[in-house]
Amino acid sequence: MALATRTAHPSALRTLWGSTIGKKTVMAGTGVIMLLFLIAHMLGNLKIFFGPGDFNSYAAWLRTIGQPVLHHSWYLWLQRTALVACVVLHGVAAYQLSRRDRAARPQRYAHRQPARGSYATRTMRWGGVILGLFIVWHILDLTTGTLNPRGEAGHPYEDIVADFQVWYVDLIYIAAMLALGLHIRHGFWSAAQTLGANSRTRDRALKAAANVLAAVLTAGFVLVPVAVMTGLVN
Amino acid sequence: MNLTLRIWRQRSSEQAGAMTTYEVRDISPDMSFLEMLDVLNEELILRGEDPVAFDHDCREGICGACGMVINGQAHGPERTTTCQLHMRHFQDGDTIDVEPWRAAAFPVVRDLVVDRSAFDRVIGAGGYITAPTGSAPEAHATPVPKEAADTAFEHAECIGCGACVAACPNGSAMLFTSAKVVHLNSLPQGAPERESRVLGMVAAMDEQGFGGCTNTGECATACPKGIPLPSIAAMNREYLRALRKGAPGRV
Repeated sequence: MALATRTAHPSALRTLWGSTIGKKTVMAGTGVIMLLFLIAHMLGNLKIFFGPGDFNSYAAWLRTIGQPVLHHSWYLWLQRTALVACVVLHGVAAYQLSRRDRAARPQRYAHRQPARGSYATRTMRWGGVILGLFIVWHILDLTTGTLNPRGEAGHPYEDIVADFQVWYVDLIYIAAMLALGLHIRHGFWSAAQTLGANSRTRDRALKAAANVLAAVLTAGFVLVPVAVMTGLVN
Repeated sequence: MNLTLRIWRQRSSEQAGAMTTYEVRDISPDMSFLEMLDVLNEELILRGEDPVAFDHDCREGICGACGMVINGQAHGPERTTTCQLHMRHFQDGDTIDVEPWRAAAFPVVRDLVVDRSAFDRVIGAGGYITAPTGSAPEAHATPVPKEAADTAFEHAECIGCGACVAACPNGSAMLFTSAKVVHLNSLPQGAPERESRVLGMVAAMDEQGFGGCTNTGECATACPKGIPLPSIAAMNREYLRALRKGAPGRV
């Protein structure tokens, strides 16, 4: 009879989700996926500068991706499912880690440390909450059209123009994009650090890349409401 | 120099503590911070009061025993250990706040003394190599590439003082654990236990109730030995690699 010399190990996935580094890895991975989506989203948005025909046919084309293998809009629904899963995993991991972080310092210092981390670093948690709320509003506004002043399916160009003619919509949108820029500024470099891609020689390059990404994405997204406000797009 | 000190006094881990104000006179700027506390304690003993309890040992900045948060900064305003911090970095008439390391994993024993055994338990989970000890092996028996030796040496400098945990807004021990993991994992002697070491030490670190890393970089700024922040990335790399490979012997 063989001796039982092996001890049962939890699976790698369970270990991953059970550890602080693992949860951060999930946050980094989902963050990178969302970032890639945002780059594509921003480039798509900029097509608005080429007129309603170009923009609306681009929106219609998005529904045809994967045809004839996939049915109309199937690809879009697959992508939406994946992105919602990313947002949920990212948020749940952040919530659980934040609770743990707070519990790790039950008594605060009487003499508060002078804040040395950047503003972006300090606003990750609440900035993330703001972005989460923005995503809900944004989907209700421009995907379902529920909150949109016009909200006609198949006419995204006209919906966007109607949307950004309302001052508080511009305000919400631009504020959220600034929050997004800050989130990416710390998040991109932090993801590289978590995934083990950072090293002393790459540190500066990664920080610079994070700054460029944050600036380009924020500018790219903010350009659309500004163009509508100034009448460049109407 | 005449100074006003506000020091955390706590008789035991069960009792509540509070910041208590003391005045110290005629402090020489050449004294170390601990010598200044010695002066205060002598006075307290003469007055029949309890002296302030604090950890210290070598007073040369190499043992890692001392450590207190001075004006909100671990080991005070200079990048050194508290024993090597000199009073010349303060001004006459200053009010100085002195508190113990604050972390759930480091319970206060008394006054400024905290229990750092949580670090020992992290070390116990893999911060060693399993090799027969005895007479020192011949130095050239195991060739070590220069770069690996440099990396290992840099990380072996960690003295386990706990300043990283004290400075981290999340009370995280990632810099400490990464110093130990990178030190041993970059050497051929540490290779046989490369995967089980990082998996075991990270699990122990989480078990002790340290927080997670949010990459604020406070730890590396506070570290008196200059363990760099990218060490945490190196440990994450080792951890994810170990998870992919599985610990040796796993089926």
